[in-house]
Amino acid sequence: MGKRILGISSVVLMIVALYLIFVYAGVDAAQGEPFRIFYFHVPVLLLSYLSAILLGSACIMFLYNAEAKWDRAGAVAAELGLVFGGTGLISGMMWAKPIWGKYWVWWDVRLNLQLILVLTFAAYLMLRAYLPNQEKRATLSCVFGLLALVNVPFNWLAIYFVPTLQHPKPVVSPGGGGTDPDMAIAFTCSLIAWCLTYSYLFSTRLAVAQVEQEVEYLEQVVRAS
Amino acid sequence: MKSISSLFFKDIVVEWRNKEAVSSMFMFGVLTLVIFSYAFDPSGTDRSLLTPGILWISFTFAGIIGLNRSLAMEIDNECIQGLLLAPLSRGELYLGKVASNFAFMMIAELLMMPPFVVLNNLTFSFQIIEIIGVAVLGTLGFVSVGTILSMISAHTRMKEVILAVLQIPLTIPVILTSVAATGQILANETEGISYALMMLAGFSIVYLTASYLLFEYVVED
Repeated sequence: MGKRILGISSVVLMIVALYLIFVYAGVDAAQGEPFRIFYFHVPVLLLSYLSAILLGSACIMFLYNAEAKWDRAGAVAAELGLVFGGTGLISGMMWAKPIWGKYWVWWDVRLNLQLILVLTFAAYLMLRAYLPNQEKRATLSCVFGLLALVNVPFNWLAIYFVPTLQHPKPVVSPGGGGTDPDMAIAFTCSLIAWCLTYSYLFSTRLAVAQVEQEVEYLEQVVRAS
Repeated sequence: MKSISSLFFKDIVVEWRNKEAVSSMFMFGVLTLVIFSYAFDPSGTDRSLLTPGILWISFTFAGIIGLNRSLAMEIDNECIQGLLLAPLSRGELYLGKVASNFAFMMIAELLMMPPFVVLNNLTFSFQIIEIIGVAVLGTLGFVSVGTILSMISAHTRMKEVILAVLQIPLTIPVILTSVAATGQILANETEGISYALMMLAGFSIVYLTASYLLFEYVVED
């Protein structure tokens, strides 16, 4: 029941957010229409960072107490991280083409960090897909998840060795910044809509993952008998 | 320490008898260098910008070949069972494997340096020694991650592909930094290179420690 409310409210709020983004909020003075991509781009990327944090904590928890639910949570976080991170990259490129004149630039720190993050999620999921044994899969993918977590600070350092220019400043800064109130409302609404969508997808996918695991177990029992 | 060194010498003896790891890495690396020499115009003026990247792509590909082989050798004849029964901790097993993988990869890289210099019209100078210094740190970082990942991928179907898929995203910092440092050396602008070297050393230390602790989860049976 709770999940259904979550699903319906995320759909409703997403429609409201679309209205606010495309009709209510004004055109950005400096960037014009392409700026509207940011209302989606930023929440989606923030949620892909959240996926990375969730994946890391799920891996730590699994190695700590070896409960299958943490393994499932990690897998779901990685899947959503790949989807949201990939969406973020594509929406970023759509913005970059009119503003920077190129889809891809190699000097931007965040863009390239995001690419590495998406590649790592993909590698984690590839590893899981090719491990037939359920227990082995859980342990080994958690070890890989932890090794990937350790990698994050090094990616930061490494990319700073390449000369960089400035990424656009975060739209919502702690001080509030000089954002237009209409834009702030549209952005907040979009952020909440995406968070609800994320939690709906996460809980649904987690339930599916549990069923999948049970089916896998029953298959093994049938085959053994 | 003694167990690590005996594990290391075991691998050296095996390698001395069949010479598989170094020769396959060397051949593969040289072929990569040659392909790149054909792919990019050898007379082009921008060639110097490409050379550090070409070198490290060859090292990376050759290294993945070597890592794949190093565990395939143990698994093919069930030698891994013997290693697991031997009186040494899982962490020591990991460090022994890192030592031998590092040695083989380093030898292959040293052998690849003369073809690299010749094919890219560089000169045999002190710069090459400096590049080898960067290669030592870069290779240690590469191997410290690669050894545990090759053990993880050994449990999968299609081991060879999976190792590359796991290895490349995790070693991007090593490759980026090594390429940057090599480029600085070749351009004679070595100011500030110590940050890159410290970062490479830090990467190796962190990954050696993390893998030392995590290796028991990977090999438990």
